[in-house]
Amino acid sequence: MSDQRVALTIRDLRLDVAQSGHDIVDEVSLTIAPGEVLGLVGESGSGKTTVGLAVLGHARKGVAIHAGTVSIGGTDIIGLRGKALRQARGRLVSYVPQDPGTALNPALRIGPQVYEVLEAHGFGANKAERKARVREVFNEVLLPSIPDFLNRYPHQLSGGQQQRVGLAMAFATRPAVIVLDEPTTGLDVSTQAHVLETIRSLAASHGVAALYVTHDLAVVATLADRVAVMYAGRIVEQGTTAEIFANPAHPYTRYLVAAAPEMGSDRELVGLGGRAPAPGRRPVGCAFAPRCEVATPQCSQSFPDVTVVSGGASGGPIADDGSHEVRCFHAFSVPERTVRRAAAGDASGSANGDVALSLRSISAGYTGHVVVHDVSFEIARGESVALVGESGSGKSTLSRSIGGLHREWTGDMLLGGEPLQRSARDRPVQQRLSIQYVFQNPYSSLHPRRSVAESIARPLAIAGVDRREISREVDSMLERVSLSSAYGARFPDQLSGGERQRVAIARALISEPQVLICDEVTSALDVLVQATIIELLVDLQRDLGLSMLFVTHNLPLVRSVAQRVAVMADGVIVELGSTASTLSDPQQEYTKRLLADTPAIPDFEVRS
Amino acid sequence: MTAASMEAGATVPTDETESAVVAQQGLVHTAMQLWRTRIGVVLVAGLVAIAIVGPWVAPYGAGEFVGTANLSDVEGTWLGTDYFGQDVWSRFLHGGRSILLLASLATLIGFFFGAAIGLIAAYNRGRIDDALMRFMDILLAFPQLLLALVALTTVGPQSWLIVAIVGFTTIPRIARITRGAAVPVVERDFIGAAEALGESRFRIITRELLPNVTGPLLVEANLRLTYSISIIAGLGFLGFATERNAADWGLMVQENRVALAVQPWGTVLPAVAIALLTIGTGLISDGLARTVAGIDRGRPDA
Amino acid sequence: MGILKLILRRLMLGVATLVVVSIAVFLLTNVLGDPVKRMLGRGALPDVVRARRAELNLDRPLVTRYFDWLGGLLTGDPGTSFANGTPVWDILKDRVNNSLLLMAVSAAISVPLSLFVGAYAALRRDKWFDRLMSNQLLVLAAMPEFVVGALLTVILATNVWHIVPAVSRIRPGEAPWSDLDGLVLPVLTLVLAVTPHVGRTMRAAMIEVLESDYVEMARLKGLSERSVLWRHSFPNALGPTLQVIALNIAYLAGGVVIVESLFNFRGVGIALRDAIPEANAPVVQFIAMFIALIYVISNLVADIATILVTPLLRTRLQ
Repeated sequence: MSDQRVALTIRDLRLDVAQSGHDIVDEVSLTIAPGEVLGLVGESGSGKTTVGLAVLGHARKGVAIHAGTVSIGGTDIIGLRGKALRQARGRLVSYVPQDPGTALNPALRIGPQVYEVLEAHGFGANKAERKARVREVFNEVLLPSIPDFLNRYPHQLSGGQQQRVGLAMAFATRPAVIVLDEPTTGLDVSTQAHVLETIRSLAASHGVAALYVTHDLAVVATLADRVAVMYAGRIVEQGTTAEIFANPAHPYTRYLVAAAPEMGSDRELVGLGGRAPAPGRRPVGCAFAPRCEVATPQCSQSFPDVTVVSGGASGGPIADDGSHEVRCFHAFSVPERTVRRAAAGDASGSANGDVALSLRSISAGYTGHVVVHDVSFEIARGESVALVGESGSGKSTLSRSIGGLHREWTGDMLLGGEPLQRSARDRPVQQRLSIQYVFQNPYSSLHPRRSVAESIARPLAIAGVDRREISREVDSMLERVSLSSAYGARFPDQLSGGERQRVAIARALISEPQVLICDEVTSALDVLVQATIIELLVDLQRDLGLSMLFVTHNLPLVRSVAQRVAVMADGVIVELGSTASTLSDPQQEYTKRLLADTPAIPDFEVRS
Repeated sequence: MTAASMEAGATVPTDETESAVVAQQGLVHTAMQLWRTRIGVVLVAGLVAIAIVGPWVAPYGAGEFVGTANLSDVEGTWLGTDYFGQDVWSRFLHGGRSILLLASLATLIGFFFGAAIGLIAAYNRGRIDDALMRFMDILLAFPQLLLALVALTTVGPQSWLIVAIVGFTTIPRIARITRGAAVPVVERDFIGAAEALGESRFRIITRELLPNVTGPLLVEANLRLTYSISIIAGLGFLGFATERNAADWGLMVQENRVALAVQPWGTVLPAVAIALLTIGTGLISDGLARTVAGIDRGRPDA
Repeated sequence: MGILKLILRRLMLGVATLVVVSIAVFLLTNVLGDPVKRMLGRGALPDVVRARRAELNLDRPLVTRYFDWLGGLLTGDPGTSFANGTPVWDILKDRVNNSLLLMAVSAAISVPLSLFVGAYAALRRDKWFDRLMSNQLLVLAAMPEFVVGALLTVILATNVWHIVPAVSRIRPGEAPWSDLDGLVLPVLTLVLAVTPHVGRTMRAAMIEVLESDYVEMARLKGLSERSVLWRHSFPNALGPTLQVIALNIAYLAGGVVIVESLFNFRGVGIALRDAIPEANAPVVQFIAMFIALIYVISNLVADIATILVTPLLRTRLQ
């Protein structure tokens, strides 16, 4: 492995929970060539960040590096301690954090924060050279390098600028390897597109090997040369990006691809129930077996060895070249559910022309600061409308106004022809129950000290339904959202994110509302769970004839849930039309740009 | 939280943790598994028992003259006599009741109004919040003991006054903590969910907000009880016990400290009693605080 | 410009606080009870009471008296003692100096000490120093000063050892540093009373900073531990601690009453204690305002210092 073409080699890396000795990550082996971007993909808890930090010889509190090597240019990072480790960090390998807002020191100016890396590593002959390098690297990441800018504090920058400072800090010493930990999470798509472009071009032009850790398949598809997929602390499949997306061999990868929303097609998203086992609860064999449709008894007996699917020498450790390798006894078996069908029901069929909710000249804001300007549109009975926009577009303010949570708005809202008061508290009970709201974060939308049944029952209690009736309806509603009635007695902290969101949906639907507002309801969830929630919402909307306002920043998702889409920017609806035509043939400049910036999984040619 | 900031953290999923189950087991139950809490409970229970039962089992009356002053070895007494020839042990047994009673009452007053003000301020962010908290800040400007002393100047050491002043000055301190704990809760979506259902303000504050701040509130109430005991004992020490010549642990320290070299019991016994009592309540606060922090920390690694 | 405006606003808030406190102090000492009745006892004849009231200028309307008093305070004339007619300032000016010295020495020792102890405990989190300090500080924080002081006296000045005097012996007219030995126990007691609070706050702030993303980032950048500590961690932990330091300096001002009484230290605290049984309102009022002033000044200094160490606050104004 002393090949010149290899910048980073990870061999048999294992990290444990320090106290219990349970493995968090095991049998991880990877190589990355100079100038190459490897996407390390996994859901939350898969151990991908743990691997990323271990490349810098770092383990977070409570985590211990147990075994393995991480070699960069002949140096084993894992074996380094003290000063030698400090000298390697930031020089041989550097790190770009997930959230630059918290990773930049709030008390220090950004110029000095980049300068100190150079100083610590003795980069450049003198102060002047180092200062010149700071200016140079700011230019490389497309930031201004004038003193006025270098003297700013992190909070004086936008999120995109902060992340560019993070990049400048990482690239400043021209390291051989860079670890990027979801660096575009929380950025708007247009900012994300620009930051990704910068990463790509810097890695290529400086010959830096990049390990890009992310949960976002679309980002990986557009950025990475190769992809490694992690599940429950192990790499289950890796290969070139085109191979992985065109020919996923591991059933888990197939599920991931099937669950990823696609802008270009209106196929149904396919989700998968259950969740990855936590450290200490992992089975002997393949950790995915309990959720896998094609699993056989063999799968739960041993964890399969590497199978080389194409390219490279067979039997070798997981990959040092473009070979496609998988750890599965049933590679290329196609799980039944991952076969995607076209979304059932034609676009406008369920809407019957009756107007359920009508907005006329709505403007809204916060004490004099207007964020929604003169918005008008209607939602028909049984119709699902997506409200799409970037952060700050005013979409949340608008949806909260409809839900009666935000009071500072003017204009007319009519629910089935009846005017709505500004605040939910001023609306008659029937109206309150007729508009229901599902929140973004299921971890915060349920009262932590109230049982699932109590939470779901509350709207009925307000409606004055008697107790026995309530308990019957709660049970049937739990079944309706694919949770058994046994869930009624549980508390939110005993549920997974997806289960919590199902409870929130059950609470919203129990009063048989006409209008359901979904405010970024899947953005806190992993992609497989997101797909199951979308499946559920689409089914319920169709079966119950609900009118739905689906608020999201995730453009590809819209295709799967809405018949019409309203694109919002700077408080104005810039485009409103049928989902299929708007996404395939946008009329407005803004929509076109948004579509272009949104990372999408391209159509990799399927080899059979 | 503004709409923009809600989206910022959009795709950071949180997983549930095993430690979160603790929340359902009850804070007090979990706290009792810590040794510091247990020791605290034993200390407090012991001293409360002495304070309550003491006066009935004391061999002499609180003001009863039993022998020559300031002797550690007097016939018929266990620990000798104090500065006035009274039985140290008997005065000790008599001297805890008023401190505990007044401190508890004062803390209750502060707890009730402080929690109410804190919750109202947290829920009604904006002008009401600003005004309430500004006013609380000004009240904080004065050390509690000092305000009590100023109030005593023209009235004298009356029980009702001491309870009122200590209680009143406890309000802003509890209000601040309550508000601090409640503000993040107000920003959580289940409050929004309750608002969307049109729940009344009163119901949201009492049913949605209050149950989610009981942990920090309990910790703070306990801590305030510790301070109330300190202040009321301190007033006694300065000579402002509520009844003239009544036995009072604080007053005993004051009376007997001059003779410390010859008869240490008169000072040491009440001083140690107050020390153990406050250490006990302090340990309970700390145990509760650690438990609350442990529950809140349920945040796993990505 | 922005900073000056902010400082001006804090200054005005401080003045407002003093005004509110002055009203509260005045009402508590004039309306809550009657100083004359308390001085003369219940059985006093109405004529005597009336005469005494006139003599002390207490027969005029409340509002007039308040403004007279406030005007006097502002012009350096806080009135005369009810007990013997001596100007309050003459009685208290030595004592003010003595108490200020006691507070200043205590603060000068306890603030750096508690910052160090807190920061070091945070660095060695859950190691023996941290455990020891957390438990020690907890125990100390819980005990009233007079108990701590009394136990210190037992240990250091009487029964166990005899290293320092149990009482202070500053005579009227003498400088407060004339009896340094006598200063040891009062200062030690106050330091022990204040250090736990500031130390615990510093520890908590430092732990939060040490667990922050930017400190992890500083380590991942390969910076030296010294730089991680002094450049990236300490300044960010200082901000939240400053407010608590200010609160504790005000607390010192309250603590001196107890500590001075315990060690017969000739300061305002003893004067306050002695003035209360005499219902000597002018003395009480003056001392109360003096302590409120210390609170307002230390708070103001803490606010300004917080602004200076927190760029977010400093730059938001521009």
